[in-house]
This record gives sequence, C-alpha cells and structure tokens, in this order.
Amino acid sequence: MARQNRRSDTVEIELRINGSAQKLDVAPQVSLLDALREYLGLTGTKKGCDQGACGACTVLADGRRINACLALAVQYQGREITTIEGVDHPLQSAFVRADGFQCGYCTPGQICSAIGMLAEHKEGAPSAATEHLADTGGELDEMEIRERMSGNLCRCGAYNGIVSAIKEVAQ
Amino acid sequence: MKPFSYLSAPDTATALRTIADSGDVKFLAGGTNLVDLMREGIEHPATVVDITRLPLTGIEELPDGTIRVGALVSNSRLAADPLVRTRYPVLAQAILLGASAQLRNMATVGGNLLQRTRCMYFYDEASACNKRAPGSGCDAIGGFSRGSAVLGASEHCIATHPSDMAVALVMLDAVVEVESVRGVRRIPVADFHRLPGDTPHIETVLAADELITAIELPPVPVAAHSRYRKVRDRASYAFALVSVAAALAVEDGVVTEVRLALGGVGTKPWRATQAEHALLGRPATEEAFRHAAEAELAAAVGGPQNTFKIELAQRTIVATLRQLLTDGSAA
Repeated sequence: MARQNRRSDTVEIELRINGSAQKLDVAPQVSLLDALREYLGLTGTKKGCDQGACGACTVLADGRRINACLALAVQYQGREITTIEGVDHPLQSAFVRADGFQCGYCTPGQICSAIGMLAEHKEGAPSAATEHLADTGGELDEMEIRERMSGNLCRCGAYNGIVSAIKEVAQ
Repeated sequence: MKPFSYLSAPDTATALRTIADSGDVKFLAGGTNLVDLMREGIEHPATVVDITRLPLTGIEELPDGTIRVGALVSNSRLAADPLVRTRYPVLAQAILLGASAQLRNMATVGGNLLQRTRCMYFYDEASACNKRAPGSGCDAIGGFSRGSAVLGASEHCIATHPSDMAVALVMLDAVVEVESVRGVRRIPVADFHRLPGDTPHIETVLAADELITAIELPPVPVAAHSRYRKVRDRASYAFALVSVAAALAVEDGVVTEVRLALGGVGTKPWRATQAEHALLGRPATEEAFRHAAEAELAAAVGGPQNTFKIELAQRTIVATLRQLLTDGSAA
C-alpha cells in the first residue's frame, strides 16, 4: 500500500461494499461515488452536486455517514462501505408510510444519513440543537432531527415527511 | 481532476520524507476541502499523500491539564468528546455549527485549520483572484462581496477565513504542533494564519514541508462557561456572516475575565483583543458590552455589500455576552 503509483496510472484496489469484497482498477482521482456508480454499477447512491453540499451521495463507512463524492475510492480500502443496496432497515418502509419523498432522488442518501444519525444519537453525540452539551441522553425531538439531517437536501421539499419517518423509527 | 500520483503513507516519517523530497505534494486527510478544490482545478498537486493511516488520532489529557488532540481526529469526534463538551463548550458548539454531520465525520482537526476561503472569486477560474493566481487582482472588491471580510482585509484580498472551529481555538489560545524532517515546532493558533497583505496566497505560517500533527488546548477554566453564536443566512449548514466565540467571568458585577473571538468578518480567525481590553475590569453591563464591541469594530472597513456585518458583529458580541451573563453561566 505504500507503493507510489505513477501519475495517470490506475491502481488496483479492493473495496468492501455491502459485505462483499470488490476488486477494481481505478485512477487515484476517482471518487468513491464514481467507483460505486460507474465501476460497480451500484447506482442507488446518487450524484447531486458532486461538491459535498447536497448529501445525495451519503453512504456509511464503518457505520459513519460520509459524502461519497468527496471521498477518493483509493482512500477507502479496508473500510466497510454500506450503500442503499445493502440496507434493510425499518426507515425504508417508514419513508413510504410518511411520504418522505416525492421524486425519490435524495432518498437513498436520506436513508443512509438517517441510519448514521440514529447511531450517532444513540452514542450520545451532541448536535448544534442540543441545549445542554454535557447531556448525552437527550430526546431526538423534531428540532434535533432537522438539525442532524441538515446535510441532506430535498429539492421536492418532503422534509415534513422525512422528519415524521425518522421520528417514527427513533421512538 | 488533474491526474496525480497517490501514496498512502504507512507512517509519519514516510509522509514527511515524501514532502521534503518533492515540493508539489499535498497531504490528504478527510478530503472535504482538498478533493473539492482538486476537482475544481484550483489545487493540482503532482502527488497526493494519504495520511489517514497515520497514528494521529488520539485525544489525551497531559499532566498539566492540557488536552492534546491528534491532527486526524474527526471534527465530530472532537465535538462529542466529554472533556471538550464540559471544559470547552465553545469549541464543541463551533464545530457542531459548521458544515454537516457527514462532513464533520470526514473532516479532521488539522484539515479544518487549513481549509481555504469559500470566496466565489477564488473558486471561479474566469475571475481575478490574488489568492488563486497571485498578481491577477481581486474581483471581489467591487464585486459580489456580501460575505467578504471587514477586518484584516487588504487592497489585494478581502476573503474571509471560513472556519468556525479555528475561531474557538484562537479564543482558547490553542497551539498547533507541526512536524517536518527538520523537527517539531509549536505555533499558537493566533499566529498560525496570516493576514493577506500583498501575499494573500500565503495563508498560514506552515512551511512547505510541514505536517500538522496535533493541536493542544491549554487549561482555560473560564471556558467552562463559554458559548459560540453563529449568524447565517439559514438555520443550519451555512457559513457564518458573523460568529462570536465568548467566555465571561463576572464578580460583584465586574468583568474579571473575558475572551472574545470573531468569525465571518475577518480574513483570519479573529481574536477580539480590543474588545477584551475595553471590557476587563469594567461593569458587566449592556453599555460596557456595546462599548467593547464598538472598540473592536472601530477599524472595520465595509464595502457596498458587506457594511452590515460591522453592526451585526457588534450586536452579536453584545448578545453573546448578555446570554453568558443572564443564563447564569458566567462564572
């Protein structure tokens, strides 16, 4: 892994995606998002802004939510990547019940983000909406959900449904 | 993105040797700013050295009470750390009020200090920008400059420093530890970023071969009662128009200790020493807060679109101090 490739060469990398190892040849500048979509055919993860502003590309790396568009694929070798294709979670049906989407483009990112968010809250991580920072067991109320999910934009404006779906699962 | 050669550094020595041997190297950590800048063609290193496998991920308390934070600690982990939440709430709040949860999970402490301005002329290669292309001019001056700096600007650059975390760090007198093949040195965060002057492309005092390895948070008892207040165009996930980091101690109605720093208004994270001097030993009153805020902003220079920041900064300083005073958290 310490071997330095020459400029413009591709490198052979191995990614762990949804529990299985995937080998691919990529140039170092290929993002994790493009590796998923263009090299592995996992098009569930969406490309919105490609600059870390919209959250459509959110996936989980070792359970932590990240923006795959700002991650280089080579950097994520040895990490456990979970995309929407590998998700089987009550949030999915909750989003359907609560009309947590309209066009659906942001939904894979919303769901991966919400899974990461619920885990962060469970660990006692604070948010900017947390009134007492020393408090590690605060309730996940609507303000908290909206603040913690602010990295996922929905151009259809399905936010009320998204919040309802997450709230239902959080309880 | 321009092709580059990639090396995942197995240890710090390898990373430092690589950058010492070849100048055109960028260290890659969380990537939240660098990958974006490379994609935009603003950064185009020949070699990218991935440092995410280096052992710079600890948060430890030293015998003298200093908290040493490894440069690769993620922003979210630092904000969630129990010691930081209780001893330096201003720092936890500043981090949590910046970016999004996804970005905070990726972004590191060292990278946060080195993030570059979001001035749109810096990003737009068709525009003049002395920071991106030295000597080309500054289209922000006289252009769309609503977000630009009112403190520390020059005729060559009026770009704001975008970090919230660094504003809290400068308030806390934090220290940056950097390392190169030549050795280790410690730089106060207050001296780490440079004013633009006539070389706005040189943003920090970090030498070309140095790597940030840690930051140190000294014991600051008054910071247990501190706040970060951020004013922006939307309620979450936006850069600051104005932000204030403040800690206040009051005894018998008199200010016995005060620390203030500003974000969103300066070309670097701005320690408000004028305001601190104006307030220390004075009665903790609305009038004194206002007087101190005016003292700090006396040197501010606004343009057609950003003059509002001067009044906004003054009011936000007053409001933050008032909040510290009235919520009973002023020691």
